[in-house]
Amino acid sequence: MPEPVVVVENLTRKFGDFVAVDHISFTVQPGEIVGYLGPNGSGKTTTIRMLLGLLKPTAGHALVLGFDSFRQSEQVRARCGYMSQKFALYDDLTVIENLTFYGGVYGVTDKTLIAETLARVGLSRHEREMTRSLSAGWRQRLALSIALVHRPKLLFLDEPTSGVDPTARRKFWDLIYGLAAEGVTVLVTTHYMDEAEYCERVGIMRDGKLLALDQPARLKQETISGEVWEVHAQPLERALQALERAEGVAHVGLAGDHLRVVVQHPQAEAALRWALQAAGVTVALLTPGEATLEDVFLALARN
Amino acid sequence: MTQPLAKALHLRKTFGQTLAVDDLSLEVAAGEIYGLVGADGAGKTTTIRLLVGALRPDSGQIEICGYDLKRQVEQARAHIGYLSQRFSLYEDLTVLENIRFFAEVRGLSAEEWRPRSLEILEFVGLEQFTERRAGQLSGGMKQKLGLAIALVTRPRLLLLDEPTTGVDPATRQDFWQLIIRLVSDPPKGAGEGVAVIISTPYMDEAARCHRLGFMRSGRFLMEGTPGELRSALKERILELRGEPLTILRQAAEEDVDVEEAHAFGDRLHLRVRPGAAPAVIARLPDHIRARGGRVDDLRLIPPGLEDVFIALSKSED
Repeated sequence: MPEPVVVVENLTRKFGDFVAVDHISFTVQPGEIVGYLGPNGSGKTTTIRMLLGLLKPTAGHALVLGFDSFRQSEQVRARCGYMSQKFALYDDLTVIENLTFYGGVYGVTDKTLIAETLARVGLSRHEREMTRSLSAGWRQRLALSIALVHRPKLLFLDEPTSGVDPTARRKFWDLIYGLAAEGVTVLVTTHYMDEAEYCERVGIMRDGKLLALDQPARLKQETISGEVWEVHAQPLERALQALERAEGVAHVGLAGDHLRVVVQHPQAEAALRWALQAAGVTVALLTPGEATLEDVFLALARN
Repeated sequence: MTQPLAKALHLRKTFGQTLAVDDLSLEVAAGEIYGLVGADGAGKTTTIRLLVGALRPDSGQIEICGYDLKRQVEQARAHIGYLSQRFSLYEDLTVLENIRFFAEVRGLSAEEWRPRSLEILEFVGLEQFTERRAGQLSGGMKQKLGLAIALVTRPRLLLLDEPTTGVDPATRQDFWQLIIRLVSDPPKGAGEGVAVIISTPYMDEAARCHRLGFMRSGRFLMEGTPGELRSALKERILELRGEPLTILRQAAEEDVDVEEAHAFGDRLHLRVRPGAAPAVIARLPDHIRARGGRVDDLRLIPPGLEDVFIALSKSED
């Protein structure tokens, strides 16, 4: 088994009385794409800042690429790429000038390497454009190129896709898959539930605690024990109330334009229909569904 | 049709060289939840700020409940409730004091604000926390208080600017249930019906709106009900499962009838040309097997709004 790229043990960070990260432990293997899922304020960014040695842990420790993340933070940062939530680009510089500037910060001055990095993220044709005129999707790719310019083995991406449209998000993920295929390990945070499905393993954070970390399919199997049903019915709100009270229903929630119900017992279809009809709800469609990471998150958050 | 609660015609707004909103028109009727869906910079926030009268359009017209927002500002604004992306509460005031403050700013008298506040707090589920300081509330409760404040004037038109971005899924669920209840079963005093205009970057939330507009570069790429938008891609999205993903993808991209292939977790979603689904389902598995791949499943799936958005937005490259 290869050496893990990241080993985290009991990592904790307090700000005054507030526990931002609460005794989390996990390891990451080379070439993995690990997602870190959680709402704002759940401790995702604080964790990354500790792994990069930017913030001192209150307790516990982390080894990143074999170095102690806090005591040997320079070695860590020299070998890791980091794209932060609010990446700072110079708006009044061109694309290539931005990358050249940040390359210099990492000691990369080779023009070929810089050109290759731009090509890697698909921005070669735009190297002379002013950064301020770039779309959100392109800015994000420029920020990624900056994180990649020194050829890191490990890449930290902190909510890289916030605020970009679905087309740009999918393209960005195609780039991430490409990097992972080349052996780069990727740790990425997101608050998009669907995006976490793209990762090989997903950690779910809430209130500073790592509630679970596993493959999406295993998280679903282990957390959602019953069946999932998709309910298209009118009026929606009455259907929701009826199902909340129905026997054996573990959870019911809105899913797009319909409801998703997680039931504890198998063969729930008849019981669901009965509960809906008794409440005077018209059922248009009742079909078995697949559990999502949102179901997992909601189930874990309730416990 | 009854008079629309919000009507905008040919709105245009520039900031310096940037065209933020470009010839945008929309109409929203009572009982509707209308979604503005798009990325940062698409023009969602500017549109909302134009509709609440916080910004003036360069050209175009806005009517709120029949009042011209330019010439009858007071009457128009009296019907508007607004929750901005970064609303602020007074953390050292209690829940009730916060509502009182904002109610008085909006010109409600002491006799009016108290009964309304209690009614609205019950509606959002904060009736037991009237004396708690806002700083002591959880994120979800703060958001509900923000909503209560926007509702205390009994607006007929509620504008919500990305209220759920980055918010806990459990809180998002609660929030949406309130919005749906607000339009389907409005609290007392809004008897003639309420409309909501909400902006969001989440496609699952977009699907909850009665009608929505996909925004890009200040314009609507397309507007309609979720069903209408999805029907544009009916029988054109296939889900492909198997291994390894790289071979599946190469084979799919080589197929002349496949317009786009994207990884979606452990599977691929393919968009095929109109009418080509049966042919692709018939031939693609053989191509994959010939390359040494394995196909577990290849089938038509109902298109999602994300598929529609991607198909609509012309590639930037």
